[in-house]
Amino acid sequence: MSKLIEVSYFAVFREKAGRDSETFNTKSETVLDLFSEIKKIHGFGEPQGHCKVAINNDLVQWDAKIEDGDKVLFFPPVSGG
Amino acid sequence: MKITNKQIKIAQASNRLRNKRSGAYVSFEGWIRNHNEGRHVRRLEYEVYEPIAIKEGENIIDEAKKKFDIHHASCIHRSGLLDIGECAVWVGVSSSHRKDAFEACKFIIDEVKSRLPIWKKEYYENGDSGWVNCETCSSS
Repeated sequence: MSKLIEVSYFAVFREKAGRDSETFNTKSETVLDLFSEIKKIHGFGEPQGHCKVAINNDLVQWDAKIEDGDKVLFFPPVSGG
Repeated sequence: MKITNKQIKIAQASNRLRNKRSGAYVSFEGWIRNHNEGRHVRRLEYEVYEPIAIKEGENIIDEAKKKFDIHHASCIHRSGLLDIGECAVWVGVSSSHRKDAFEACKFIIDEVKSRLPIWKKEYYENGDSGWVNCETCSSS
């Protein structure tokens, strides 16, 4: 079943996507499926293992399921400090 | 855990850690340096996703309190544009004895650098700019 998901991008992801957020109509089951779908569209080359993901402002694992109406945040490799 | 776009007031922040049980105070300051990987850096910009940076920073401080015998711990990270020499991040820990304060301080800064959604962009002398790769990415 397809779901409507709001996706937000940060730092290098935002620059590559050319926007800070967008809405996807997707059949992806997990955040990893969704990321795989999106990285092809926007050409994200950063290794997924070094990236982080959150659903509705909570950090989650890559196998977390997405549901209709979720807000998914994709974080490129961090470099604080 | 605090995120600020203003200069970090270190003396004020460290005073908040003072208490009569503590015989040790250890701090770490991360400064903006003028070079990185052979390039001359003019200034630096931090992008922070605050809702999760604060929540995850609080988790790290709670973990440090469980892992080490410390009394208080605090961390402040800058956001926005910073000039060379400015303090980008401060961690302070107070404890009865120095060993736990040193270890907890190192634990907190290491975790903050690898877990908080914070990204830095360097602006170079030649006018270019670029996002900095995380330490774990460049070492792998």
